[in-house]
Amino acid sequence: MRREIRICGTGGQGIILAGVILGEAAMRAGYCAVQTQSYGPESRGGAARSEVLISDSAVDYPRVTLADVLVALSQPAWDRYGRQLAEGATVVVDSDLVEAPEACRLPFTLTAEKTVGRKIVTNIVMLGYLGGLLDLFPHALLEETVLANIPPGTGELNRAALKAGRDLFDSEGVRHAG
Amino acid sequence: MFNTARHIRDTYIRDEMWPSIFCTGCGIGNVLNYTLRAVDSLGLDIDKVVFCSGIGCSSRLPGYIEADGLHTTHGRAIAFATGVKLAAPELDVVVFTGDGDMAGIGGNHFIHAARRNLDLTVICVNNHNYGMTGGQVSPTTPTRGTTTTTPYGNLEEPFDLCRLAIGAGAPFVARWTMGYPYETIAAVETAIRTRGFGFVEILAPCPTGYGKANQQRDAPAAWAWYRENTITRVDLSRLSPEERASNQRIVVGTLWQATKPEYGERYRELVTRLRQHDDAGSDPLPPG
Amino acid sequence: MPAELDRRRMARVLGRSEQFAQGDVACALGAVLGGCDFFAGYPITPATEIAEAVSRMLPRLGGVAIQMEDEIASLSAVLGAAWTGSRAMTATSGPGFSLMQEGIGYACMTETPCVIVDVQRSGPSTGQPTEPAQGDMLQAKWGTHGDHEIIALAPSSVQECVDLTRLAFDLAEEYRNPVLVMTDGEIGHMRERILLPDLADVEPRHRQRPSSLPDTFVPFAATNGKVPEMPDFGTGYHAYVTGLTHNERGFPATDDADAHTRLVRRLCEKITDATERLTRVEVDSEDGARVGLVSYGISARSAAGAVRLARERGIRLSHLRLVTVFPFPERAVLEFVRDLDRVIVPELNLGQICHSVREALAGAARVERVSRIGGEMIHPDEILHAVSHGGEPV
Repeated sequence: MRREIRICGTGGQGIILAGVILGEAAMRAGYCAVQTQSYGPESRGGAARSEVLISDSAVDYPRVTLADVLVALSQPAWDRYGRQLAEGATVVVDSDLVEAPEACRLPFTLTAEKTVGRKIVTNIVMLGYLGGLLDLFPHALLEETVLANIPPGTGELNRAALKAGRDLFDSEGVRHAG
Repeated sequence: MFNTARHIRDTYIRDEMWPSIFCTGCGIGNVLNYTLRAVDSLGLDIDKVVFCSGIGCSSRLPGYIEADGLHTTHGRAIAFATGVKLAAPELDVVVFTGDGDMAGIGGNHFIHAARRNLDLTVICVNNHNYGMTGGQVSPTTPTRGTTTTTPYGNLEEPFDLCRLAIGAGAPFVARWTMGYPYETIAAVETAIRTRGFGFVEILAPCPTGYGKANQQRDAPAAWAWYRENTITRVDLSRLSPEERASNQRIVVGTLWQATKPEYGERYRELVTRLRQHDDAGSDPLPPG
Repeated sequence: MPAELDRRRMARVLGRSEQFAQGDVACALGAVLGGCDFFAGYPITPATEIAEAVSRMLPRLGGVAIQMEDEIASLSAVLGAAWTGSRAMTATSGPGFSLMQEGIGYACMTETPCVIVDVQRSGPSTGQPTEPAQGDMLQAKWGTHGDHEIIALAPSSVQECVDLTRLAFDLAEEYRNPVLVMTDGEIGHMRERILLPDLADVEPRHRQRPSSLPDTFVPFAATNGKVPEMPDFGTGYHAYVTGLTHNERGFPATDDADAHTRLVRRLCEKITDATERLTRVEVDSEDGARVGLVSYGISARSAAGAVRLARERGIRLSHLRLVTVFPFPERAVLEFVRDLDRVIVPELNLGQICHSVREALAGAARVERVSRIGGEMIHPDEILHAVSHGGEPV
């Protein structure tokens, strides 16, 4: 088993943190996982990309060749990475930020803003959804990993965001949404 | 008060390294003498003194001293000394350097160590040229000075090393010529005792490299030049305001003395605070 | 001055024994495990995270961590500290590594133990600061002037960043030489699982201090083998340390060709004589294979991927991964190519270690390379393409 997951967006959306948490959760679940990232020199704006390889045996080549799961949270990211996909790949984009009729469109940003109350946790909402999609570990383990990687005092906010994302998956699955 | 020359020689000089490389009329031997006398007067345990140096004639001094010596790369003595002192704060660290080694290639390390105010003693022998390599222009060569790389006269202005040291934050700064033995010894003593960056600039002749092309062709001429061209801070203060304003002579004396926190002390205070936090079970910072 | 390890405090500072960590942070953890008590560094992409992690950890352990004014000062401070008994380290990338070369030569000449991590990035010059490369490999061996030897290790995983940095300290002490840990921007920022050892098993190798008293100790005589005992400053040995060529007493001997020859030959032989002991490689030989890969560092991951795909497709392919790059494991490489006709060396440069391989093989097999610069890793398929169609000539 070798899952190649690519998460991309703009700098400042928490793309890299999302990848780190995903990789760490996979590790905690007993898988072999590698997380890599690349970004432009600006810390805000510019393209950001985080890749996670999850396998049940040691990961050799640590980069995504053809993503079997692609998450894009910005139009430029989608434009750039939307084609490098494995056969039967699952593609997920933010419904408000990305025009991509062929992808699963989920309201991550909107959910973060309206349901959870803060746009900054968009990446955590997305993670909650992704956890359901990948079905590699329980939500509780993902939650524990999120809590280990966020600033003190933001636990409740992030828990809520993760749950909101998971709820999105449970209700929408991989169909188009909205 | 002072021990005899024989005592100094027998206690501190490495016999196997003698005779020295210094030329006739060189002032570096004097600097060695004054430094050892300062060390001796202070009653320092020589096993706990480390002499560091860079590259140049003055940087050869640690080799002549029966003590731990670190003869490093050109310009870097102060940086090496920083490592020695921070890793072993119980040691006294004395740096011998020259005008080229310290203020040319080593300028950056000089100003940062002064800024940091790490407890070091830096003795800079200023003979206005790169002597070991045959007398090239240095950052302290006087304007119009003749050197092998300024055969038509130096077009640049020299540093005032003491002003640099003061500007960089050194708490003790003094300048003497090797014609002032007692004052120089006292200045070195004070620099060693100073908890922080103690800087002593000692003007010394280099007849071979600089002197012979610049009216200091031998020791007597050099000493005469120093007499004509230096003035003590105290004597300067006794001149009239007009005379002071038009003074062209190099000012010697204790030029700056202040007390300020020393870097190593602050660092060790931090370590103690962190230790207490950890022992109390509180995490002041996220885990590494 | 060296202190006993405070394992309880170390455990607190190191954190959990299982972590999902970046390579740079792993180097810092490895340094702590290696008994590092002095770090001096300067910010440079992509190595800055090492200095940051060390700055958080070392003060809590009573060690010294300082940001110096430049890379030259950083290495200088490391070397000064080493002479007081410290286990000292710095970390940098290409441009800083270039600045440190004089200091590396000084460390070789004066036999000053030290660890230098070079998180390689794309060059030359300022290059691509955030992109990985393996372009400093020959510089690691030849960057400083004069005859000298270097020990260089190349981690291929984040776990190896921990383990090899830790090992580097022991090797530096054992051989009284600079030891380089050559990582790269990819490994430096990549995250993988690491498992830290049980601290009860962590015991850094102690420096060989003088076994005789100051009046009889001859500092560079190297009476037991070729590595002399090393006194600490401040213990009464009155060591004289100089980058000038010196005799066994440590005094300058610039006019003495014999003394210089004895010294420099010993400095080199103490490392080259130990090549077998220092050789660490990983061999994956397949029966019947006529082609093999020789890889190191991040490109070994690409090579391993190529081997996996080759096996899936029924292509016979052997693989030798160098963990020790210098002293170059000649014998291990020669042994590896015994039944091979061709050897392919994938590197993120235009061909560096492939030259060492070719030199070692002296025609025993044809050497080809797969070169990639610009920041992307070599893809396993590129290596397989070279296997079937030939790689670039060396």
